[in-house]
Amino acid sequence: MTTGLTRPDGPAKLTGTAHYAADADTSDALAAALVTTTVPNGRLTALHTADAEAAPGVVRVLTRADLPPLGELSTPPLGFPVPPLLEDTVHHEGEPIAVVLAETWEQARHAATLVRAEYADVTPAVPFGQAEDVVPHGGLVFGETDESKGDVTAGLAAADVSVTATYTTADRHHSPIEPHATLARWDGDQLVLHSSVQSVLFAQAALAALFGVPPENVRVFCPFVGGGFGCKGFVWPHIPLAAAAARVTGRPVKLVLTRAQMFTLAGHQPATRQTVSLGATSDGRLTALRHTSSNASAQLGDYCENTPHGSTWMYASPAIETSTRIQRLHRPGPTPMRSPHEGPGMFALESAMDELAHELGMDPVELRLRNEPEVDPLTGEPFSSRKLVECLREGARRFGWSERNPEIGSMRDGHELIGWGMAAATMDSPRSPSSARLRIDHTGHVVVETGMQEIGTGLPAMVQAVAAETLGCPPEDVAVRHGDSDFPPHTGTFGSMSTMGLGSAVRAAAESALEKLGAEPGDPLAGALAEAGLTELESEGRWSPEGGGMTRGRTGGYSIHTYGSIFVEVRVDPDLGLLRMSRAVGVYAGGRILNPLAARSQMIGGITWGYGQAVLEQSVFEPNLGRFLSKNLAGYIVPVNADIGEIDVSFVDDDDRVASAIGAKGIGELGAVGVSAAIANAVFHATGRRVRDLPIRIHHLLP
Amino acid sequence: MRTFSYHRVSDVDVALAALRQPETQAIAGGTELVNWLKEGIEAPARLVDITGLPLAGVESTPDGLRIGALARMSDVAAHPVVRDRYPVLAQSLLRAASAQLRNMATIGGNLLQRTRCPYFRADTALPCNKRVPGSGCAARHGDTSAQAIFGWSEHCVATHPSDLAVALAALDATIVVRGEAGERRIPATEFHRLPGDEPERHTELRAGELITAVEVPAESGAEHSHYLKVRERVSYEFAVVSAAAVVQLSGTTITGARLALGGVAHRPWRLGGAEQAVVGLSVSDRPALLAAVAADFGDARPLPGNEYKITLAQRAAVRALQAA
Ligand SMILES: Cc1cc2nc3c(=O)[nH]c(=O)nc-3n(C[C@H](O)[C@H](O)[C@H](O)COP(=O)(O)OP(=O)(O)OC[C@H]3O[C@@H](n4cnc5c(N)ncnc54)[C@H](O)[C@@H]3O)c2cc1C
Ligand code: SF4
Repeated sequence: MTTGLTRPDGPAKLTGTAHYAADADTSDALAAALVTTTVPNGRLTALHTADAEAAPGVVRVLTRADLPPLGELSTPPLGFPVPPLLEDTVHHEGEPIAVVLAETWEQARHAATLVRAEYADVTPAVPFGQAEDVVPHGGLVFGETDESKGDVTAGLAAADVSVTATYTTADRHHSPIEPHATLARWDGDQLVLHSSVQSVLFAQAALAALFGVPPENVRVFCPFVGGGFGCKGFVWPHIPLAAAAARVTGRPVKLVLTRAQMFTLAGHQPATRQTVSLGATSDGRLTALRHTSSNASAQLGDYCENTPHGSTWMYASPAIETSTRIQRLHRPGPTPMRSPHEGPGMFALESAMDELAHELGMDPVELRLRNEPEVDPLTGEPFSSRKLVECLREGARRFGWSERNPEIGSMRDGHELIGWGMAAATMDSPRSPSSARLRIDHTGHVVVETGMQEIGTGLPAMVQAVAAETLGCPPEDVAVRHGDSDFPPHTGTFGSMSTMGLGSAVRAAAESALEKLGAEPGDPLAGALAEAGLTELESEGRWSPEGGGMTRGRTGGYSIHTYGSIFVEVRVDPDLGLLRMSRAVGVYAGGRILNPLAARSQMIGGITWGYGQAVLEQSVFEPNLGRFLSKNLAGYIVPVNADIGEIDVSFVDDDDRVASAIGAKGIGELGAVGVSAAIANAVFHATGRRVRDLPIRIHHLLP
Repeated sequence: MRTFSYHRVSDVDVALAALRQPETQAIAGGTELVNWLKEGIEAPARLVDITGLPLAGVESTPDGLRIGALARMSDVAAHPVVRDRYPVLAQSLLRAASAQLRNMATIGGNLLQRTRCPYFRADTALPCNKRVPGSGCAARHGDTSAQAIFGWSEHCVATHPSDLAVALAALDATIVVRGEAGERRIPATEFHRLPGDEPERHTELRAGELITAVEVPAESGAEHSHYLKVRERVSYEFAVVSAAAVVQLSGTTITGARLALGGVAHRPWRLGGAEQAVVGLSVSDRPALLAAVAADFGDARPLPGNEYKITLAQRAAVRALQAA
């Protein structure tokens, strides 16, 4: 299975027959539009709904008092820990206060503008950086808030060379093409939900708990997601709200968030401020590493961007100290966004490594090679597999790094200065259970069913390939059905966990089928069934990490992560402050690569995503209005094709049987890591300017 | 969104009569107007579709170029005469929007697009005198990074986003408009209005008038012309700052120049002083050109947060001159 596999779902997508949540049959459904707060804090004192109720087509306007009682639930699975309609205290601008239900979407949206709200005790929103740093608590804290080993202060004092610098990353929004959309339909005590989610399992569990019905009474469909990047991972308020509205009115309700609502009701990656101190001996061996971080969080939920996480396993250092704090601000709730934690965190660490290399007068690749640890530097446990050195060497070779003149500003082409920069990449490897059912009919045709969603990453092709490889049949003989909570559960398409978990489960299902048939891989399946006297055979496969539940990378006595190297060439027009990335080489070690075609696409997308973080993406939080200023894709700009130069992606051989039964790990988020640091480092090489604040905009580069 | 009626017209006089009705707006390509309707920036009762009017031609005459107001941006940019003899014009069009938008968007509509000020374009009405007259200007003491450095007032600090308008200003073009009282001719440099204390008046076009054409005078020098657009994203993005230059040369010596800046004011900003000061300079003498351009920035008043635009605009102007 070394060549690329094309996607079985490709033709349906290309011809528009792939059904997304909002495509579900809505002939008898009411259209719902949300009314949201226009102030960041204070109290809601009155809601005037009469004008909206009188507007054409409006059936009902629901406020908090109209909702059925809902059960308590924590974050996660909830994205933001409040009941879905606000009662009194305002937590942020853009928070739902009423739902307008009308016969058409246009009528509902228009009537929503007619609802008037009154507020009291509104004060200016405190900006990030001016509130107190506090220790976060709860389910949105991923990993430890404080970790340490050795004596960092002593390590820094003993260093020949040290660097300390502060780096910032911006608020960013996931901005998938498909907004959140939910169609809810009740039939007695049975709820059917078509919803664009990254986990039908979470949605099912959350709605069952909120509405006090058993999970089997909630059926969630989501075969396709038009992009999520994390903003559809948890259950955001509009999903229970659609279900509540359907319950109250006795009619199906369809609720699609507007693009603007996607900026306040589905999470974002919060701004971070990080300080890194590194000490080293004159021959480049680290004596100390300290990485502290604070992020803008909301009033509730304590979402913590664990930026220093990767710094605890990346380099051999006798002393390591990390901490993460948050500031509780009147802002919408953040959530994981490709690539959480290490994405913003490795910008700081890998920029600091470049600063250290410069101070040492050492090649930045060499500095990393000299600090390659034998075992997890924090815990002393073995790595399940770690091929960072191979990634660094291969990346340098493919890029032509040995030709690099370390002198700043040494390469010029017309108006442009050329810079070469690099960074290492890593992601933690969270893992979660998955399962699949496999059916073989008398013709030898195979169907695999799983609760997974196809989110654009090519999972159906992966499932097809693993089943075909295990059974020894052509991939065309395998059909994949997915995205129904009645199918065997898959935790979710997030955290780069799907391939290893689902792939392992599919393999188990296929192996169990062969075992039941007493067949070998490659035996004709129709014949095997006939021999066994069967017209159909069904088998199930499950996979879960040790312990049975979701785990993070450090589990079972191993340190499990993915690695990579990214080398970029930038062109800077210093006169006009323009920065372009002409070339990028990424080399990755992310376990066994099951579908090279899809894997390469993931990494190209990841590098492009990283370019967005580095150069373009920033949601401006307007201090006077206490809101994200531009809730649209004109004000929040993401890369276009013309921004992205040549990208060369490759993988080193890696096969991690500790991580999963099929040797695979996650790669979906790895590609976006390190790109911003590599670009900033290349900008330094080109211009001598060290930009420590993302995104790197024109005004940073104008001398 | 308010319900509206929709009519198509194919005769200019019929169109003008229709536009005299209250709460009526013309719609051409619709690439701007439909956004306004969706965001609640405009809520007309009637739309008059003018794309059937016979105003879509591009004619080259001895007097110059006459571009019909309903010509599509893509068609004008691809016109052989425009491409060969007016590079600044073709470039300003091709560096605007996207191919799909340019296929729909018209020349008249381009000039009448409104500011991209993020407060004006918000999902809900924020304090903005252009959107709700008298409601204030949230940008004045807010996020000023994209705002004006020339010609702003306390009531509005927005810039005008049209690339085409900047090229037309450098070409000394004329905007031809027609209303009940007949035809008027407005210089491209004066078509857009600085905000003063009436920021809600975006242009000199009066209610009920149509733009019928844009005229570019025959102008040999336009062969040496260039439109430089500086933007964060390589394509499909508005200018942070732009510069249009039309230059006459004798060898490498500048014998005449016209220079207009975009992204710095709510109208294309002609640098009349610099146009004179660069005459006699060598086009390759960057320091001298920069000094000549910088000397014409006496009226520049940056806002806290957009000071960088001064440096950027000066350098863009020089780069455009040199590339022309
Ligand atoms: C995503 C996006 C990116 C863009 N990027 C750029 C860019 O980089 N640079 C740039 O310059 N522009 C850009 N634009 C603006 C685009 O060029 C304009 O939207 C377009 O030119 C408007 O033309 P239209 O025919 O669609 O106008 P419409 O939307 O039909 O009309 C706009 C306004 O003009 C009026 N109108 C139209 N024609 C006439 C006429 N003949 N007489 C009187 N009134 C008339 C209408 O009544 C309306 O008020 C962008 C637009 C979008 C949506
Ligand atoms: S600058 Fe002009 S357009 Fe922007 S908010 Fe102020 S008044 Fe409105």
